[in-house]
Amino acid sequence: MLDRVIFFSFAGIAVISALLMVTRRNAIHSAICLITTLLATAGIFLQLRAEFLFISQIIVYVGGIMVLFIFVIMLVRLDVPLPRVRSRWRQWAAFFVALAVFLEAAVVLLMARKTPGQGLLILNPAAADKLPPNTEDLAKSLFGTYLLPFEIASILLLVAMVGAVVMAKKRTDAP
Amino acid sequence: MAALLHSILAFLQASWVELLCGFLIVLVVPLIAGYVVLVERKVMADMQARLGPMRVGPHGLLQPIADALKLLIKEDLIPDGADQLVFWFAPVLSMTAALTSMGAVAFGPWFQVARDINIGLLFVVGISALGPFGIVLGGWASNNHYSIIGAIRSTAQLISYETTAGFALVSGFLLSGTLKVSGIVEQQRADQVWYVFLAPVGFFTYLVASIAETNRAPFDLPEAESELVAGYMTEYSGFRWSLYFLAEYANMIVVGAVGTTLFLGGWLRPFPNVRWMGWLDAMPAILLAGTGVYCIVRAGRQPVKVQSVFMWAVAAACFVIALLSALVEIAHVANAWKPAAFRPPDLFRFLGAMHSGLYGAFWFVLKVSAYIYIFMWLRFTLPRFRFDQLMRLGWHILIPLALVNVLGVGVGLVLKSALGWSGALAIVAMLPTTVATIVVAVFLIRWNDKYAVAASASAAASPSAQEDFDAG
Repeated sequence: MLDRVIFFSFAGIAVISALLMVTRRNAIHSAICLITTLLATAGIFLQLRAEFLFISQIIVYVGGIMVLFIFVIMLVRLDVPLPRVRSRWRQWAAFFVALAVFLEAAVVLLMARKTPGQGLLILNPAAADKLPPNTEDLAKSLFGTYLLPFEIASILLLVAMVGAVVMAKKRTDAP
Repeated sequence: MAALLHSILAFLQASWVELLCGFLIVLVVPLIAGYVVLVERKVMADMQARLGPMRVGPHGLLQPIADALKLLIKEDLIPDGADQLVFWFAPVLSMTAALTSMGAVAFGPWFQVARDINIGLLFVVGISALGPFGIVLGGWASNNHYSIIGAIRSTAQLISYETTAGFALVSGFLLSGTLKVSGIVEQQRADQVWYVFLAPVGFFTYLVASIAETNRAPFDLPEAESELVAGYMTEYSGFRWSLYFLAEYANMIVVGAVGTTLFLGGWLRPFPNVRWMGWLDAMPAILLAGTGVYCIVRAGRQPVKVQSVFMWAVAAACFVIALLSALVEIAHVANAWKPAAFRPPDLFRFLGAMHSGLYGAFWFVLKVSAYIYIFMWLRFTLPRFRFDQLMRLGWHILIPLALVNVLGVGVGLVLKSALGWSGALAIVAMLPTTVATIVVAVFLIRWNDKYAVAASASAAASPSAQEDFDAG
């Protein structure tokens, strides 16, 4: 019962602040709402006993990426409200994309519910103290079973990063 | 509704000890932070050959309480152009992050709120990384140019030094093989060596990065009072200002606790496995009794009668606590010494059972205090960095060094386990990679000096380059 109350409060905070994030005119306020959403989602991860996911969400997204976002917002003075852009074509496009995403989510969830245990929902999870520690499990699968894909992905990211730096850097040898 | 109440009651019943510990932290940490401020002022006074606060209580012992009262009754201003809600919320965020992250810190083997969570130290680091949001948002919400410059500097500094701190922690985690706080400390007992001796470069980079993360001098650019009035807290006053102030000192305690746990052996006393060093357990009693004797000596020289009475009271308190801790130690020894006919009385067994918790807390607090003392020492010794120097130190020296250090510790670890050495021999096994890392550090610093000289020379030669830089 308490579990359910905690879950719904986290989920409610996440949904409401996500809505606020889209509707606020002020970029910093939007950033704060996004931080709240991320923290609430981290709370749900923790409730699902995924403690490593919880802390990496906080360290990477909240402590890293959002700090960078706010830095950029302050540096380029995006914190003054922007003029409203009205475009009928864009509104319709956004509506259809959102509809498609919602339909997809609904279909997946319904199918998972029809065949319990096969889809996303595990109906009878193990008790909290019976679950294996997921930090160690994650490390084993990342650096053991899936070592090669992991390394390939990290090299790809490195290449992308170096490429971005090279492209963004100003030419110093130009007159 | 009844089911909800029932489950809340069950929750309270299952975890009232943890809740009580958390409550204790929230109550006690501000007080401790206040006294850290007093100690800092005293240390500063000592280094500048003056006396520091002397008026409130003997040797200024009641100064923090007077300061707190003053701050509580000061007017709480919110500027006209400020973003009211964010301005109100930002200092609370800083303080909450600092206090929450203390939840997973183990002050001795007994006193820990979130006992044995699997992510342990990562929780402390991750949650305390939310503190700078308070600084950034507060600086922005003030609607003041000095504040916003302070806030931008704070974010830039955080992004630059968080990486270094993370890599330094990774080198420690590699050695311990676990993130659990108690696991890390017990692993250091099993390895018979503190990790500062196995990964000295890791400890050093963590020390530098932690000073930068707590915004302490010489990295206190966000509030640089000679350039930015008071930086991000220019517009703050009264209680909100004091929340920022408390958060800074609470963060010092947090980073001190992380450094102590990972690199300085946590709550273990020096040489925890060596039998004949057991006399070190008598240290708390001896230190407290010594303080008491010193207080008595000073009591006669107080200028005012009240102050000498107070000094006697402090001495008496020291003696009582020293006696209690000595009793605990004696009880512990008596319990361990078990001839067949002798059965220790119940009181003795009770006191002996308190031994590990009490003495662990003592050594832990002592080490954290030493760590914080280093912070103060550096603050009064080094001048503040210029901003480009700060960035160059972070990106050109510390991050490459931390990366090389992780590699070095990994190689050393493989060597150590291949040879099967532990204790003092482990230090020998780690030595080659440590020396190699230090050589890399020297190389980095020299290369960077050359680069800096070249950059400033070219900037002087062509002023257009400088204008280019200013323009963005």
